[in-house]
Amino acid sequence: MGAMDTRGQTFVQRLSCVPESNGGLTAFRRAALEWVSEHGFPTTRDEAWKYTQVSPILDIPFTPAQQGMDLGLSPGWIDQHAGRLGGVRLVFINGFFAKGLSSFEDIPQGAKITNLASVEGSFSQSLKDQPNAFTALNTALARDGAFIQIPKNVVLETPIHLVFVSGTESEPTMSHPRSLVVAEAGSTATVVETHLGAATGTGRYLSNAVMDVALGEGAVVTHIYVQNEAETAFHLSHLGIRPGAGSRVTTHSVALGGRIARQEVKVMFNAPGAQAVLNGLYMPMNKQHIDNPTAIEHIAPQCESRTLYKGVIGGQGVGIFDGRVVVHPGAIGTDSSQANKNLLLSDTAQANTRPRLEILADDVKCAHGATVGQLDDQAIFYLRSRGVPVQVARDILTLAFADEMLNLIPMTALRSHVRERAMLRMRAEAQEVIG
Amino acid sequence: MLNIKNLHATVGGRHILQGLNLQVGEGEVHAIMGPNGSGKSTLAHVLAGRDGYEVTGEVTYEGRDLLAMLPEERATGGVFLAFQYPVEIPGVGNLYFLRTALNAIRKQRGLDEFDAMDFLEFAKAQMKLVEMDPSFMNRSVNEGFSGGEKKRNEIFQMAVLEPKLAILDETDSGLDIDALRIVASGVNALRRKDRAMLVITHYQRLLDYIEPDHVHVLANGRIVQSGDKNLGRQLEAQGYTGLNVPVTAG
Repeated sequence: MGAMDTRGQTFVQRLSCVPESNGGLTAFRRAALEWVSEHGFPTTRDEAWKYTQVSPILDIPFTPAQQGMDLGLSPGWIDQHAGRLGGVRLVFINGFFAKGLSSFEDIPQGAKITNLASVEGSFSQSLKDQPNAFTALNTALARDGAFIQIPKNVVLETPIHLVFVSGTESEPTMSHPRSLVVAEAGSTATVVETHLGAATGTGRYLSNAVMDVALGEGAVVTHIYVQNEAETAFHLSHLGIRPGAGSRVTTHSVALGGRIARQEVKVMFNAPGAQAVLNGLYMPMNKQHIDNPTAIEHIAPQCESRTLYKGVIGGQGVGIFDGRVVVHPGAIGTDSSQANKNLLLSDTAQANTRPRLEILADDVKCAHGATVGQLDDQAIFYLRSRGVPVQVARDILTLAFADEMLNLIPMTALRSHVRERAMLRMRAEAQEVIG
Repeated sequence: MLNIKNLHATVGGRHILQGLNLQVGEGEVHAIMGPNGSGKSTLAHVLAGRDGYEVTGEVTYEGRDLLAMLPEERATGGVFLAFQYPVEIPGVGNLYFLRTALNAIRKQRGLDEFDAMDFLEFAKAQMKLVEMDPSFMNRSVNEGFSGGEKKRNEIFQMAVLEPKLAILDETDSGLDIDALRIVASGVNALRRKDRAMLVITHYQRLLDYIEPDHVHVLANGRIVQSGDKNLGRQLEAQGYTGLNVPVTAG
């Protein structure tokens, strides 16, 4: 990143209206905005953005999304499009909390689950770091998001579902949902984060989401992220995880929507003996571009990280896995593996895969690998020879490839919901082949 | 029901079938024997519709132009190929796969589709035919199956899909004597007046169990001799070289 060019300046000026905050946060917000002016937006010369050009985003005159749009949403629509998981559900429309669509059933004793605007002070820690210009913009301009705090040793039986719906009726708009999960020592929780496009409107919006998850000693957190934005929309998200000593975190990322989408997961192992499992599935079809960077920093010793991402890429879609594991000096006993497998459904589909490993410590165990392949012609013929039509045969084999990831998603209701969404994406590809 | 006239097939520049003629009537069991490289498996693949072959000639099946049909159309029309090398398909359950196939065929025949429960009952009955353990239904298609289990699975699929023309491509290869007996008795149980079979094999031993109505010798891509079941025994005694057939290399 370098100093900001005129296009970047114009982009920021259209959006800039730093919200007034309590508790001295306005200073953080202003600092973040200054950071953007100083560093500018990333280009493909930045290693972490090598495969994703931000210029198509900067060319669009986005203005801040306004509060109060209802986009014709109902709880039933949310059930249908985000899944009905039971328990607590917080709904946000264009980054603003929508209380009427949310439900607060079964909040466990002592747990604090609310929206950001009401507890902004708790965010100060997470507002200090600026991984890139978009996360900094989020810091400067976020209006709302979820705040979840699980007290010491509390085990949540039901998942907490956060649903972010975006949409615009005319002008392109941008929103910046900001969330924070604090799982205190010994607690256990599951958080589901769903990003959706509204059924109405132009679908020309940019959702720029940031979520931070802090795990106390021995905490166990499962995070499931389902990105099913409109195919004309832009989506950028950053999930930052700080595992405490001996804690365990598992993330499942399923990326289906967006014209250009980038969902980054970053894990900072600052305390020993923690474990992170990162699972991912991305399915760019048509002309979609879906980028999945992961960054795992092994700073403390005896931590374990497992990354497995799979891509199903059709049409002229572009799928990217860009994994980076750094084992810092002193992170002895690190155990890390990274794998990425891609399935190309058409001759014009493109996979970029780059599992990277930087080892600066001794006594570590690290592995990484990547594959890119196509559907097995022999298997297709075998199915056809039994009477299965060719397109159904392709769908069955594609789904079998994706199922390795989908089957890892806990909770039957969520798993079957996500599987259904993935099948709809595949059908978008199938119709393209026929048409 | 099957009439093959002057069938030629070329793959990768190699002219494998060179003017093959064969007629199979309803309910007849024909054995095709021949040395390695004579074109036996190519014949099976061409009839099932595998792509990658340049094919000329004429094949009519129940009065229809078989070569113009897609592989799935041939299957729903009653043609079944038991593969020499059944394909492993990780992640696709045997039960789901076979129900999808059977329902495609039932739909074509104007029958109601089976739901999962009905299908399971139906499938279990057919599995007994080849002494297959029901636990196989919950595994991925052929994944981790032994050679014998794969061949049993082929015959089990044939029992479920109820074809009018079954092509068994070297079903005996890789089987020990017990597995051979089980597979062959499964095939015999599926013999019917309205089900023709084309049994492709290198050895007579399969024909000791599955007694054919006609035996043909395939060499250099052509049927060079036809006879009754005794032809197979004669071949066993004399070998293919004893037939005085010019066998070219490759």
